[in-house]
Amino acid sequence: MSTTVKATTSEEVSGNKFMALIRREIGQVFAIAGLVIIFAFFSFMKPVFYSWANVSNGILMSTTVTGLLAVGITFVIITGGIDLSIGTGTTLCAILVAHYVVGWHLPLWSGFVIGMSFGALIGALNGAMIAFLKLPPFIATLATMKAAQGLALIISHLTPIRFDTVKGWESIAQGNLIGSIPNGVLILFGAAIVAWFILNRTVIGRYTFAIGSNGEATKLSGVKVERWLILIYALCGLFVGLAAVVLTARLGAAEPDLGLGYELEAIAAVIIGGTSLLGGKGTISGTIIGALIMAVLTNGLRILQVQQEWQYVVVGIVIVIAVFGDNVRRRRAGEIS
Amino acid sequence: MAGSQLLSLEGVSKEFPGVKALDNVRFDLNAGEVHAIVGENGAGKSTLMKILSGIYKKDTGVITYQGDHVNVSSPHEAQSLGISIIHQELNLMPHLTVAENIFIGREPRRKSRIFLNNSKLVKDAQALLDELNIVLDPKELVGEMTIARQQMVEIAKAVSYRGEVIIMDEPTSSLTPSETEALFKIINSLKANGKGIIYISHRLEELDVISDRITVIRDGQYVKTMKTKETSIPEVISLMVGRKVDQDQRPDKRALSKDVVLKAENISTKKLLKDVSFELRKGEILGFAGLMGAGRTELARALIGADPKTSGKVWLKGQEISIKNPHDAVQAGIGYLSEDRKRYGLLLIQDITFNVIMASIPKYVNKFGIFKKGPAAGIARDSIAKLRIRTPSEKQFVKNLSGGNQQKVVIAKWLARDCEILIFDEPTRGIDVGAKDEIYKLLTQLANEGKSIIMISSELPEVLRMSDRIAVMCEGRLTGIIENKDADQNLIMQYATKFRD
Repeated sequence: MSTTVKATTSEEVSGNKFMALIRREIGQVFAIAGLVIIFAFFSFMKPVFYSWANVSNGILMSTTVTGLLAVGITFVIITGGIDLSIGTGTTLCAILVAHYVVGWHLPLWSGFVIGMSFGALIGALNGAMIAFLKLPPFIATLATMKAAQGLALIISHLTPIRFDTVKGWESIAQGNLIGSIPNGVLILFGAAIVAWFILNRTVIGRYTFAIGSNGEATKLSGVKVERWLILIYALCGLFVGLAAVVLTARLGAAEPDLGLGYELEAIAAVIIGGTSLLGGKGTISGTIIGALIMAVLTNGLRILQVQQEWQYVVVGIVIVIAVFGDNVRRRRAGEIS
Repeated sequence: MAGSQLLSLEGVSKEFPGVKALDNVRFDLNAGEVHAIVGENGAGKSTLMKILSGIYKKDTGVITYQGDHVNVSSPHEAQSLGISIIHQELNLMPHLTVAENIFIGREPRRKSRIFLNNSKLVKDAQALLDELNIVLDPKELVGEMTIARQQMVEIAKAVSYRGEVIIMDEPTSSLTPSETEALFKIINSLKANGKGIIYISHRLEELDVISDRITVIRDGQYVKTMKTKETSIPEVISLMVGRKVDQDQRPDKRALSKDVVLKAENISTKKLLKDVSFELRKGEILGFAGLMGAGRTELARALIGADPKTSGKVWLKGQEISIKNPHDAVQAGIGYLSEDRKRYGLLLIQDITFNVIMASIPKYVNKFGIFKKGPAAGIARDSIAKLRIRTPSEKQFVKNLSGGNQQKVVIAKWLARDCEILIFDEPTRGIDVGAKDEIYKLLTQLANEGKSIIMISSELPEVLRMSDRIAVMCEGRLTGIIENKDADQNLIMQYATKFRD
């Protein structure tokens, strides 16, 4: 009698590795296909749509801020949490960056340090409320969202702070270090690559998935879940701070009333990209694709001169199609019942 | 050194608000030994294990581990001492792979300490699985594996801590006999390596095979420790419940009606079921036996329309009916009582009244949609009396009831709905030995009153004790229907293992 427990794996049957990869990542294949189809549609309707000027400044550039926020919140959403404070958090970080860089005549690079430090601080505060005060993420970050909104208005005295005195500030987003790609877009893709490494190759990434998959089991395995949650929310905050810097560089100013609502755009991008709000599952590439789908849609509809009001309706419909389509696919695959 | 004392607990007590969960309990474990702890639900086994694994803090008492007094204050500390636990509910991360699950919290890292070393992770996991003779792919996602194979991952994980003490809380509750046998081989090899194993199980037959000593606890108190060789199952049971219980009972002879209440023909589903046909008679208890995954729950779900059928017809009292969803089933008077009562059967933070009328709310509201409190409380009180639900009043929250009494509330719900056919899925899962008896009496009483009962059960003594006839399934097919008088455990197992090849 054999002492082993019989078990076969699905890998043995499938054989072809490439097909197996396609099958495993089928959700992303559909998302990319969706992006390509939407892009082709608008290009067909209005050739100006696929001009480099429109692609770089109309589409990619307008993805930078929500894209960075979406990449950051992907970590939080994979833990099964949510961060509603990333929108007004961006506002507050932007105001703080302007306050110190403009007010104290600090060098350009310090803007990144200040923005990302305050972003991480706000995130850590969220994480601490969730981990130690045991507040639900929705409540904790809702509170932070309101507080950040208020603080931004107080610190700025309700007026925009311009970066006119800081030489080259706009070039952070609008300059071209490589070819004709705007720097803001380089920052987004660079940050996405770093985020991919953190999520897939580091300890904090592994615990992000573990906590979202089964937080209690992770804790019982001896992982200090509270500590990691704070770090994960702080990590999300780093991207918020970076988004704030890019936002001010795009506008040449920090606006105290700009940012509210960005959190929902970022969450929408993450969801369209196939990350589950239930936690345990998600990808950075999906989030980037999701953010691009949103930007392509908005830009394309604007070029077709569809009214702004109707653009919102279309985005709403796309979210439903994306998530429902994913559910249908997974039900067919037997992942859910 | 085999035989030396590894762990001992003296005078351990633990109080929760209003309940003394453990009262002056003692226990000891030697190296190279399997020491079983048995007791009814609520006797305090899990509390004791949670104290040992650092999840709860003890109020009083001394824990000595390898000669030193220790204070196990967190799961992390328990692991670093060398005490690991396999929890009753599987505690795995379904979205992570086998290797990632096994080494969670201790993943091999690169020199930077930040980056993971995934190739070493997979290699270590493979080495561990080979050592334990478990055939699993370290790269497979745990969420895509069967429960039994997930259990093997838990075991590998517990062993990977290289501790001296491994606690196994109901490790076989979801395993088939052959998988259980494989687990026992692993346990024996751990034993041979001088590990001490604390083994908790409701399946007392297993203890004869696997344990060296048995400790019984009852109502949070230590009762007795015995050498397995020197005791017997009836003795253990009587120590557990404080009285004698007959293990090998059969139903009283009942005059069975010839009326067929429910007839199912050629029920098939896309995934598992193949041409299942059977008849259920009035006042009959029809037992469904089979191994895990034989398709018994799937059959019940297909019958009540919870899952789609690909073929099959159903007749109710001679009339063909179409059941497309659970609503149709309830309309036809078929009630399904899931094995997972807490998830599918009860509203835990509502009172008994609300739970009892849940399936028949229209009967208890007036024409303005306002609840008729009196009649609702009335049926709840009637149910409490009839089903002997132990509770201070009908206003008690269901979560505060014991497992057996919760099960009675679910039964009351379907009786209030006038269901003639009741499908019980594992009616006594998670219910104490003592309370089981009461559920059995209740089922018999219901059958005597003319209700027809389908009882799915994985416990053969239960099937034999309760069923008038026993239907046995294997791999989604019905492999036999046996009259109770012709049935014994061997015959049922023969039908249950009638695999096609």
